[in-house]
Amino acid sequence: MKTNRRTFIGGVSAAALLSGSSTAFAQKKYDDGATDKEIKIGNTYAYSGPVSAYGVIGKGIDGYWKMVNDQGGINGRKVNFITLDDGYVPSKTVELVRQLVEQEKVLCMFNILGTPPNTAVHKYLNQKKVPQLYVATGASKWGDPKNFPWTMGYQPDYNTEGQIYAKHILANIKDAKIAVLMQNDDFGKDYVDGFKKGLGGDASRIVKIATYETTDPTVESQIIQLKDTGANVFFNVATPKFAAQAIRKAADIAWKPAQYMTNVSASVAAVLKPAGFENSQGIITAYYLKDATDKQWANDAELKQWSAWMDKYMPGANKADANYVYAYTVSFLMHETLKRCGDNLTRANVMKQAASFQKFRVPMLLPGITINTSATDFYPIQSVQLARFKGESWDLFGQVMSAENT
Amino acid sequence: MRAFPRKWLAVLIALSIVIPLLHPVLPDLVSNYRLFLVSTMIIASIAVLGLNLLTGFNGQISLGHSAFYAVGAYTAAILMDKLDCPYYLTLPAAAILSFIVGYLFGLPALRLEGHYLALATFALALSVPQILKYKWLEGLTGGVQGIVLSKPEVPFGLPLTEDQWLYYYCLIVMLILYWAAANILKSRSGRAMMAIRDYHIAADTMGIDTSLYKTVTFGISAAYTGIAGALSASAIAFVAPDSFSFFLSIKFLIGLVVGGVGSLTGSVIGGIFYVLVDNSAQALSTFVKNELGLQFDLSAYTVFGILLIVLMYLMPMGIAGGLFAVIRRLRRS
Repeated sequence: MKTNRRTFIGGVSAAALLSGSSTAFAQKKYDDGATDKEIKIGNTYAYSGPVSAYGVIGKGIDGYWKMVNDQGGINGRKVNFITLDDGYVPSKTVELVRQLVEQEKVLCMFNILGTPPNTAVHKYLNQKKVPQLYVATGASKWGDPKNFPWTMGYQPDYNTEGQIYAKHILANIKDAKIAVLMQNDDFGKDYVDGFKKGLGGDASRIVKIATYETTDPTVESQIIQLKDTGANVFFNVATPKFAAQAIRKAADIAWKPAQYMTNVSASVAAVLKPAGFENSQGIITAYYLKDATDKQWANDAELKQWSAWMDKYMPGANKADANYVYAYTVSFLMHETLKRCGDNLTRANVMKQAASFQKFRVPMLLPGITINTSATDFYPIQSVQLARFKGESWDLFGQVMSAENT
Repeated sequence: MRAFPRKWLAVLIALSIVIPLLHPVLPDLVSNYRLFLVSTMIIASIAVLGLNLLTGFNGQISLGHSAFYAVGAYTAAILMDKLDCPYYLTLPAAAILSFIVGYLFGLPALRLEGHYLALATFALALSVPQILKYKWLEGLTGGVQGIVLSKPEVPFGLPLTEDQWLYYYCLIVMLILYWAAANILKSRSGRAMMAIRDYHIAADTMGIDTSLYKTVTFGISAAYTGIAGALSASAIAFVAPDSFSFFLSIKFLIGLVVGGVGSLTGSVIGGIFYVLVDNSAQALSTFVKNELGLQFDLSAYTVFGILLIVLMYLMPMGIAGGLFAVIRRLRRS
């Protein structure tokens, strides 16, 4: 190729210009979805369909970002939170997430709801190298940085929680005969698998597992079956409505086993009150969030702050719904992650920041529970504390337990 | 049935082949996402086409086509997952299995007419997601966790993206199925099917084996929908019971009615319609709220519903019927 003087000078000056511009903006690095003015975050939730009760989390998260934007955004950038309704249909999630990543060009996906929807886009997001952060499911497969370096969980996983109950039963109850009520989906399976793992060689202590579908009207017949086994321990793996029915029915038919219940249904207002406080005494659960309806937190500073946020950004919403506490905490962590990214808003840096939390305190988590992540630990919350229901609130006992699942 | 003008059909097919090739030139307009969306439209069209064969041309109603769709999707998924079967071989397998399931279901359906058949198929649609979760089948179906698959790879080293290839794959399958359906309907068997729809007793009197035709039509219809399900398993690269709820059947039915009952062209329009509206309804409702400043908190399904009502008033024969009526009026004037 012949190079004459003019093209040479042109080339040199163009190169100079390019390198000049790159040094001038060296501190600011952006991937899709981030600019000087805005950070785009994508999300899908079930606002319709059988599990639309969880849709309030999506609305709560939206309210949280409104607050952030009213306070000036993150490092001067407004957060543009785009949340779409997948109705808990995995094939729909794929469509929507592709829309968010390829058309809307979001920086990352945040808190997609449900194990099946997240599974449907797991591979895709990792191939595209788009962060799939703080997913709203307790399945244990989300903390796998080796194979899926772009996906991270959030809450304590169901499997670990199930193991904790099993260990507690083995240590405290002699000749345990265990009856299990299980919701017939991924949520129920994960708990029961962990529970069996925790029992280990004593798995034969489970005398019966009765299942129900979320579309069933009641679980009364299942409770009667479980009582008939003569079990002295009852493990209640149900979502709030069914958990309350189970507790009430057990009391109605004078079945008085030691009861264990998942933290998914640990809300005082949504479960224990409708089940009847007199029927709920002594139930044991594992906790990681503060229950806003629990009187012991009435004068807690974090709760007051949360409550003020609820009043301003979620007017008219039911404060007894523990999902709003969840929404607040998970958004707080995302907020902090983006804050720490500074002006380096690349997808790689978002993951790097998400994987470098050390004893970070998120308000509304129980005292003593902190966020810990690393390049090999993609489980942000791994601690829970056991609590026993007493009077009208949860009585925390024992140590904060950290189960290492990595 | 009015045939679609041949000239137009050729132009449409040519366009649908050429446009995706523009992807490297116009990456934003002909984006991978849009190609994927059109692929899902094609898949929906095939499913609606299957339902149309049964309802539109044979007069049997079904609310259970999500079940056949699930059978097809799971057949494909299990073959690919457990037996490492290549994705294109899953289609005939899905078609055969769905045909058998549809045919067997067609047998008791012979005794059921109208509302009763609707109810029986409704039960089928409700039960299939539960059956998929059943513990004996869990080893095969993956239970509630479903099965994760890989997307179809581009064959022969063609210079296409995954989504381009997926699109052509779906398009080829649809063209073949469309052509086959058109031929069935033009034949003696097709006329028999329609005769049964129009007047069951008369058809019987003329010597048509009504029970044979009805069950076989049920089978063919299920096979079409099963193929659509198998394609969707490849396109989405994931199957789970939650994807095949009863609501999917309703969507097929909406596609059928909106597109045009008893019209092959209508099936295609119907499939395109429901994917399009399903996707844009939420965008439309946020548009009303944010851009127009109206404080209606409309859910996406409200918008969907309103659109449907408006459409049914304006075009009671479906979009295909409406379009043909307009064309006819223009020709006359």
